[in-house]
Amino acid sequence: MESDNKAARPVETLKQAIIRFAGDSGDGMQITGSQFTNTSAVFGNDLATFPDYPAEIRAPAGTIPGVSGFQVRFSSFDIHTPGDRPDVLVAMNPAALKVNIKDLKPNGIVIVNTDNFGKQDLVKAKYEVNPLEDSTLDGFRVVRVPLNMLTKETLKDSGLDPKVVMRCKNFFALGIVYWLFQRPMETTVDYLNLEFGKNKKRPEIAEANIAAMKAGYNFADISGLFQVSYEVPRAKLTPGTYRNIQGNMAVGLGLLAASKLCGLPLFLGSYPITPASDILHQLSAYKNHGVITFQAEDEIAAICASIGASYAGNFAVTTTSGPGMALKSEALNLAIMTELPLVVVNVQRGGPSTGLPTKTEQSDLLQMMFGRNGDSPVPIIAASTSSDAFDCAIEASRLALKYMTPVILLTDGYIANGAEPWRLPKISDLPKIEVRQLESKDKEWYQPYLRDQHTLARPWAIPGTDLLQHRIGGLEKEDVTGNVSYDPANHQRMTNLRHEKVAGIAKDLPPFQLVQGQKGDQILVLGWGSTRGAITAAVESLREEGKSVAQAHLRYINPFSPALKEVLESFEHVLIPEMNMGQLAFLIQGKFAMKVHSYTKVTGLPFTTNEVIDKVHEILG
Amino acid sequence: MSTESTTNLTKKDFKSNQDVRWCPGCGDYAILNAVQGAMAKLGKKREDVVFVSGIGCSSRFPYYMETYGFHSIHGRAPAIASGVKIANPKLDVWVITGDGDAMSIGGNHFIHALRRRINLKILMFNNRIYGLTKGQYSPTSELGKVTKSTPMGSLDTPFNPIHLALAAKASFVGRSVDMMGSHLEDVIMKAAAHEGSAYIEIFQNCNIFNDGAWKHITDRTVRDDMLIDLRHGEKLIFGKDHDKAIVLDGFDPKVVNVADVDEKDIPVWDVEANSTFAYLLAGNPEGKLPTPIGVFRDVKRPAFDVGVHDQIARARQKYGEGDLEQLLYAGDLWEVK
Ligand code: SF4
Repeated sequence: MESDNKAARPVETLKQAIIRFAGDSGDGMQITGSQFTNTSAVFGNDLATFPDYPAEIRAPAGTIPGVSGFQVRFSSFDIHTPGDRPDVLVAMNPAALKVNIKDLKPNGIVIVNTDNFGKQDLVKAKYEVNPLEDSTLDGFRVVRVPLNMLTKETLKDSGLDPKVVMRCKNFFALGIVYWLFQRPMETTVDYLNLEFGKNKKRPEIAEANIAAMKAGYNFADISGLFQVSYEVPRAKLTPGTYRNIQGNMAVGLGLLAASKLCGLPLFLGSYPITPASDILHQLSAYKNHGVITFQAEDEIAAICASIGASYAGNFAVTTTSGPGMALKSEALNLAIMTELPLVVVNVQRGGPSTGLPTKTEQSDLLQMMFGRNGDSPVPIIAASTSSDAFDCAIEASRLALKYMTPVILLTDGYIANGAEPWRLPKISDLPKIEVRQLESKDKEWYQPYLRDQHTLARPWAIPGTDLLQHRIGGLEKEDVTGNVSYDPANHQRMTNLRHEKVAGIAKDLPPFQLVQGQKGDQILVLGWGSTRGAITAAVESLREEGKSVAQAHLRYINPFSPALKEVLESFEHVLIPEMNMGQLAFLIQGKFAMKVHSYTKVTGLPFTTNEVIDKVHEILG
Repeated sequence: MSTESTTNLTKKDFKSNQDVRWCPGCGDYAILNAVQGAMAKLGKKREDVVFVSGIGCSSRFPYYMETYGFHSIHGRAPAIASGVKIANPKLDVWVITGDGDAMSIGGNHFIHALRRRINLKILMFNNRIYGLTKGQYSPTSELGKVTKSTPMGSLDTPFNPIHLALAAKASFVGRSVDMMGSHLEDVIMKAAAHEGSAYIEIFQNCNIFNDGAWKHITDRTVRDDMLIDLRHGEKLIFGKDHDKAIVLDGFDPKVVNVADVDEKDIPVWDVEANSTFAYLLAGNPEGKLPTPIGVFRDVKRPAFDVGVHDQIARARQKYGEGDLEQLLYAGDLWEVK
């Protein structure tokens, strides 16, 4: 082959790029995408990712339901979403091409593994004609790579089983993409050595993958596959130490931090459920932090064990997703009635019923608000990005412990699995969480339901404390004494108190701030949860256009900030985009008797920036 | 552990200031009395004892004990108690439940608490009826039972609670009778001494909705011949005159006259033996055998809650006390200046 070294080819500088890796579930696309992400993070780009998993159970190899994708957007400026349409698509097989090609930007680069376009492969992907041979790919820059052959050739002397060799082809592809964007490979080399070499004691696998990746890089370099390569310079981020973080991981770390901040052992009762199980796995590895994890026999037992642990004085948490929340609702009410601190994490997924376990949605909001018998108020906090989930977990814990109440923390599949750079907080800057568990000497005044004047929290007396023996339960309590009471006036009073206690949290919230724009702008785009990135990008772009648009994003859903009503009323229009059928819009309209524009989407995919922009244009006319 | 502590507390010290509100004549009173007696004899400290219950008549029990108590929701007491015990293994955690609460709505938690061998003591008051909801048949009601919800007789086969507990691998399985105070107290004390998941079925009379459910075997006039007390190390002999015994004929337990067999052919009861024999005795297929009470099984197995804290201690030993900063500042880090 003619040597045509890379210096001879131009390097073009871009402000951002979006790559989507797509292949069969068995092709390792999530690892490949994460590796590109970590490398770009360490390099210093801002970034956002969107892993798109197929359903949990593996579909037959090569078919459309089996396609797994990972999109990463990296940039030299501040970004908020993983982007709508990729510039580069890596398609490991025809099914991956078929699912993803419609999203590729015009004139985008598509790298295809030509070795997987045999007759059988085409049939599995339901292609009648080979898309590499007809007009399907017209208008794109098609890069044809016989990945299987090249990987086999690279590793022919490795002595590895041919199956194992084939599993290295994603790293060959990654090497090609690394060359295309002029990325260093050290981060991935270190990862492979640690993961396979050290942890799994399979150094030969690490070596093979490294060899395949380097071969891919060199192949791209010397074969002249591409006319140009690209570079995306570092972003100007706020100074600090950064790491990449996924939302589930951030929740786990936030809960652990809260446990240290309040000085109580963390107890997690949980039952495996997609997409929340990662938090259970993560916290189970923190035993040397004194964390207790309990995988219960079902969702009900998971929350019940946590309630028991809370009663016994631990900082208790339960984690789940929508269907699990449905099962937990009776026990959640017990925690409300017994006024015990408990953090309940709901990583939302597509519903109803089993719904779309691996897809994202925000459709549990009203279930969290109202899905229990009786008048049973519970504070609700929603995380808006992966790193925000860390702060929200600490905040949910603070409120639970201060007000002696269960608190629901909402995230969703998009936050749970999506990654973003996280500027790490200083441990000393984290807020201390004050907790008081009574001692025997408090016997003088102790009554199980004698409330704190300010917070209306009842006192926390834990078993093992002499002289404070008492009984609690799910039957209505008499005010102050906590004895069982069926007295009508008492029930009214206790219902009011439970309501006032949660409503009173509003006084304890940080001042309400708009994300962009100001009061009196023509339209406010109001969001909550994981729509934040898309809304921020859309409002930025609209404001650049000169539109009078503001943005607000809610972390506190119950209670609302006391300033919210007045803020909302200062706008001519309020647009609420959400990934459900209009649940926040319903709450706002119900609470404030005001008209809003509800914009909804339930495709299992997040909003794109353009969707929000178009909607605002439509309203403003 | 608090089981070893001695206090000068009396039975009265374990009575709370709440009025006891079961129907007059209900078997629950006698059970409450036996439990309070056992607590005093065991020298329990009141603050270290927690009673957790579900829903049903029996589940009112915690209100009447001057200990910590949690009257929870239907069927979930074993799960809540598990959380209490794992959070603080120094506590003595007791579950009070009934046949509807434990065998029906809470069946899953019941079997898992037992097989998991969490150090809980589960007392199930079996009156073979739903009392609090006023008289529907329960999962231990006999086939054909006529109740408000089964006017033509129930169609479902009842659970044998001892079979269920043995199959779920409870490490202690016992049975007693509400009206046999000292026997009940004795079985409770044995369960208290046991490290692991302990289950006691208590035959309890609901004089309002299922009066006399156990009378045919527990009445003073017949109990010596209708019950056999399983005592570790003692021969399977029963009867008012100690003249009858149970022997094994192949896989069939059968009743014989002591006089008719060789003394050494009468089995000696062993609570640590393979549970098959206990299973056979508890089965009592055609009512041919006396109904066994006492202790079916009492074997040593490591308790779950102890294991949980053991793992934490080992992890701390191996990796040192966890440091939050180290955990946050981990993975691929980069500096922005
Ligand atoms: S209904 Fe039956 S079990 Fe319930 S308190 Fe009355 S007698 Fe006892």
